[in-house]
Amino acid sequence: MAVNADFVGRTYPPDGPHPVDAALVAAFAAAVGADDPVHTDPEAARAAGYADVIAPPTLAVRFAQAADRAYVTDPEAGIDYSRVVHGEQRFVHHRPITAGDEVVGTLTVDQVRQAGGHSMVTTRTELATTEGEALATCVSTIVVRGGED
Amino acid sequence: MAARALDTVTVGETIGPVTIPVTRETLVAYANASGDQNPIHQDEDFARSVGLPDVIAHGMWTMGAAGSVVSRWAGDAGRVVEYGTRFTKPVVVPVSGNELVVEGTVKAVDAETGRVTVEVTVSAEAVKVLGRCVAVVRLD
Repeated sequence: MAVNADFVGRTYPPDGPHPVDAALVAAFAAAVGADDPVHTDPEAARAAGYADVIAPPTLAVRFAQAADRAYVTDPEAGIDYSRVVHGEQRFVHHRPITAGDEVVGTLTVDQVRQAGGHSMVTTRTELATTEGEALATCVSTIVVRGGED
Repeated sequence: MAARALDTVTVGETIGPVTIPVTRETLVAYANASGDQNPIHQDEDFARSVGLPDVIAHGMWTMGAAGSVVSRWAGDAGRVVEYGTRFTKPVVVPVSGNELVVEGTVKAVDAETGRVTVEVTVSAEAVKVLGRCVAVVRLD
C-alpha cells in the first residue's frame, strides 16, 4: 500500500504534555556522551544563564517521535513501519529544553513524495511548553522502502 | 565550561578527530533515554530477520554523539541553535562494539549575528555514515 498523499498539510492535535526532569536529561546526556555540566549540574546551568539543567539538542527527537506516533500508526496513512528508515533530521532550537518544562508537540505532515520506488515522508513537529513558549522545530524525513511485490 | 568567544573562532578551524566507542549497552541506554525501542537497535536475531547484517545504532544516537563533540567545542550545549543531517549509512554494532570518528570544520562565521556554521563528518570503519551534517552555534 502506498503512503497516502492526502495527509499532506494535515496537522494533528497537540501531543503531550511530556514532563522533562533532571533524571531524563542526565540519562540522555550520558547516552550520547554529552559531558557538559549544564546537563547535570543545576549550578553550572544557572551560571550559563539557564533556569535549570538543559537537554542536549537532540533530546528534542524524543518528543518529536512521540508526536509522530499518531500519524505513522494511522492505518489510513498507509505507512508500513516495518519498512521505515530514518532519512533526515533537522532541528531549529528556539531555546534549550530545560528540566521543569512540560513539552507539547504539534505535528504537521509537510510532504509525501516518491523516489526510486520508495516513499519519502517529511513531517514537522513544533515543540513548545504548555505555556506556549516555542522550544524547537523538528523536521524529519522517513523513508518507507518500497516492496518487492 | 563557558561558551567560546566568537572572536576566537576562525573559518577553517578544525574540531577533533574525536573517537567515540559504541556498544550494545550504549544502544540500550540510548533506547531508554530516547524512547526509541525499535528492536533492530538491540536484538541481533531481529535485525538479521529484516535483512540487516547485525544490530545497528540508532541514527539519532550517531547524530547525538556527534553533536556532543560540537557542543563540547562550543563550550555550552545550549548554544546549538540548528542541527541537521542525513542518515546515509548504518553503524553496525556487533557484540565487540564499534566506534565513530567525528571531525568538524568551521565553514562560516557571521560576526553580526554570532552564528558559526560547523560542518561535521562522522565515519565508522572509514565509511561516512552521515551526510550534510551541519550544526549552527550562536556565540557572543
